[in-house]
Amino acid sequence: MANKNMKAVDVVIVGFGWTGAIMAKEMTEAGQSVVALERGVYRDTYPDGAYPKTINELDYQQRFKLFQNLNKSSFTFRRKMGDSAIPYRQIAMFKPGEGVGGAGLHWSGCHWRILPEELRMRSHYEERYGKNFIPKDMNLQDWGVSYEELEPYFDFAEKMMGTSGTAYRVKGRVVDNGGNPFEADRSDAFPLPAQKEQYQAALFRKAAQQAGFHPFTLPSANASAPYVNQYGCQMGPCTFCGYCSGYACYNYSKASPNVNIMPALRQSKLFELRSQCNVLRIELDSTRKKATGVTYIDANGDTVFQPANIVVASTFAYNNARLFLLSGIGKPYDPVSNTGVVGRNIAFQMMSTINAFFAPGKNINGFIGAGGNGVAVDDFNGDHMDHGPLGFVGGSPIWSNPAGAKPISGIAVPPGTPKWGRAWKQAVKDSYLNTMSFDVHGANMVYRDVYVDLDPNYKDAFGQPLLRFTFDWKDNDIRMSRYVTDQAVKIAHELKAREIKVTVKDFGAAPDLRSYQTTHWAGGVAMGNDPSTSVVNRYLQSWDVHNVFAVGSGVFAQGIGYNPTGAAVALTYWSARAIREQYLKDPRPLVSA
Amino acid sequence: MKKISISANRRHFLRGALTAAPAAALAVTTGGLTVAAQGQSTKPGDNTPYKPSFFNQDEFALLSALAEVLIPADENGPGALEAGVPEFIDAQMNTPYGQGQLWYMQGPFTPDAPAEFGYQLPYPPRELYKKGLAEFDAAIRQQYGQGYVGLNQQQREKMMGEFEKGNVKMASIPSAALFNQLLQNVHEGYFCDPVDGGNKGMAAWKMIGFPGARADYYDWVDQYGRTYPLPPVSRG
Repeated sequence: MANKNMKAVDVVIVGFGWTGAIMAKEMTEAGQSVVALERGVYRDTYPDGAYPKTINELDYQQRFKLFQNLNKSSFTFRRKMGDSAIPYRQIAMFKPGEGVGGAGLHWSGCHWRILPEELRMRSHYEERYGKNFIPKDMNLQDWGVSYEELEPYFDFAEKMMGTSGTAYRVKGRVVDNGGNPFEADRSDAFPLPAQKEQYQAALFRKAAQQAGFHPFTLPSANASAPYVNQYGCQMGPCTFCGYCSGYACYNYSKASPNVNIMPALRQSKLFELRSQCNVLRIELDSTRKKATGVTYIDANGDTVFQPANIVVASTFAYNNARLFLLSGIGKPYDPVSNTGVVGRNIAFQMMSTINAFFAPGKNINGFIGAGGNGVAVDDFNGDHMDHGPLGFVGGSPIWSNPAGAKPISGIAVPPGTPKWGRAWKQAVKDSYLNTMSFDVHGANMVYRDVYVDLDPNYKDAFGQPLLRFTFDWKDNDIRMSRYVTDQAVKIAHELKAREIKVTVKDFGAAPDLRSYQTTHWAGGVAMGNDPSTSVVNRYLQSWDVHNVFAVGSGVFAQGIGYNPTGAAVALTYWSARAIREQYLKDPRPLVSA
Repeated sequence: MKKISISANRRHFLRGALTAAPAAALAVTTGGLTVAAQGQSTKPGDNTPYKPSFFNQDEFALLSALAEVLIPADENGPGALEAGVPEFIDAQMNTPYGQGQLWYMQGPFTPDAPAEFGYQLPYPPRELYKKGLAEFDAAIRQQYGQGYVGLNQQQREKMMGEFEKGNVKMASIPSAALFNQLLQNVHEGYFCDPVDGGNKGMAAWKMIGFPGARADYYDWVDQYGRTYPLPPVSRG
């Protein structure tokens, strides 16, 4: 029971990363009073990103300074139902964020849209390849929203983040052949021109061209020039310092909620941000169809009730599923009967990596980095190739994304190099400046027996159950990854490097909690048009409790090829528009079930 | 070319860092250090032996001997001892990290879980070292009649190979868990910023060509294939 009651507000927001900050901005613009609750500490460019203090690989990358402290809360994992799940004790496979700005503070800045077909996976594949092409236990579904509907919000978000890039097609007209020819139509170009190209990205571009593919510059939320966004927030040009992912940008160059939204939001008298407030659950009234607010534990350890008319769940990816399960919102997913919804559609990202080693003197200079910048090919992403003869669903972009190789964590050595001794040292010395890498950043599909629920054994520091992942790699996705990796190897051969190393999964490979994959989890509170397979409707409104909205990559119906932030952010603006234009004047279910 | 302004703070820092650079020219001792000579005070010009704050003298000698085999001094650059790696690891044991405050440490524990589930022992780093080093040395004594520190170079390298492969039969700790922990911390101490307690004189950074805390390469992004001309700077 709460021992403290706060004054009621119009909107309470749970989790203050990109999606929470956007909702706060949108709701205050609509005249709503907003309280945002963030479980982590307050963070900003100063002091968390202050130069030179932030140029600290030990604290930020090795000790995970900006990430979730697993000591307080973690996750458990098992490969299949019936196994006992085992805790994720050290951060490695993915890096969960915490604190004001969330993952938006320590991300790299790869700012993609989404492919139109990824929003309607089931329909698209059935139309092109027939009803039997999708494997039986692959729980694909359409998202209930189209690319055309989201396009204005992708455009707005690029302008909000000061995204640098090269548009290919604007309003149906090809404007720059240097853009991505597979890209869907855009209403406008990027607000900033592409960043300069690092050496390894330039080498990748040339090799990809020679391999017959269509390289283009990654859209990067690292500013290529001084910029002021719609909110009046300012950015400075990126200096390629190499400290993006895992760090707060010292230069106001990497878009973050802290840099691109907070300076405007904190001017609003309607807005209050409370950090170190860990929300335990969303409270419902006796009908269980309406939320009354949230209960949280504050920095002093007090249990506090915050009443509100609308609850926005904007925690990271999977955490919205946990919050819904803890609050009793929506029917928990049961993989045995394939019924229920909360916890299904969990997806990750399927990575493979190629390292190319050149002779000393090549001077790739991998310490020069910008987290969002680089060169990609999209020839094998989404449904850009004919999947008919390939026998798998999904695809993957391939990219060289030189984000800054640092010495403790970032020195690749040729295969067969010993882990220690003089030979290791020689390899490290020869490789550090003369190595490049590129990734196959594959989409991970969704499966009947891949899901999250509440762990029966392990608890967090507040006594609440950890989220349990039942997660395994599946043949479809490994087949996809191996096919696209074969294409990436063609690029590698064009580099004429001294040695090539390919890291790709074998069939039957276990998820490896020891090595970094990505942090791009999706699903758990999937969106859709069918309440029997989705947790929220096309406006990201709970089917069961209409004054609860969920935003973030948790609403994705399956994994996508690109990094998820761009899609998560555009969907948040889309949802906010629906709340502002439809819900506020007449609070009700916006879609009838 | 576009001009980029540099903040007053940053300008001050860079100026300070440049004038401080000669401090990096520390003498590097090569090979064959005796245990007694290992570990020196981190204060420049002070040659009194380093007094470990967490490990006892025997543990510290063993830790040093292991670190030296992992990264030996040679013509390419400093070894772990010259870089101050054992001192770095000793100091880390008294941080929240060393105390296990960054790891999920709630039971039940499943130490025999498949390797891909990662670390599953109930010990924070400092306990893993205390227990693991003792068990490791006991296993070496069993085989050689003396501890690792007393072995010759060839024996040390041979046993490091067995350690890595998990062939050193330790009483309770899986040897891979200790080896991986040690290797990671040795890399950290070797390549961290000197203000974090290792990488003395930035010598490891010089060896590989990492410019340290410069963190501004706007004018160097498109100078493809050229040698970056400036020496590393520490953020300290």
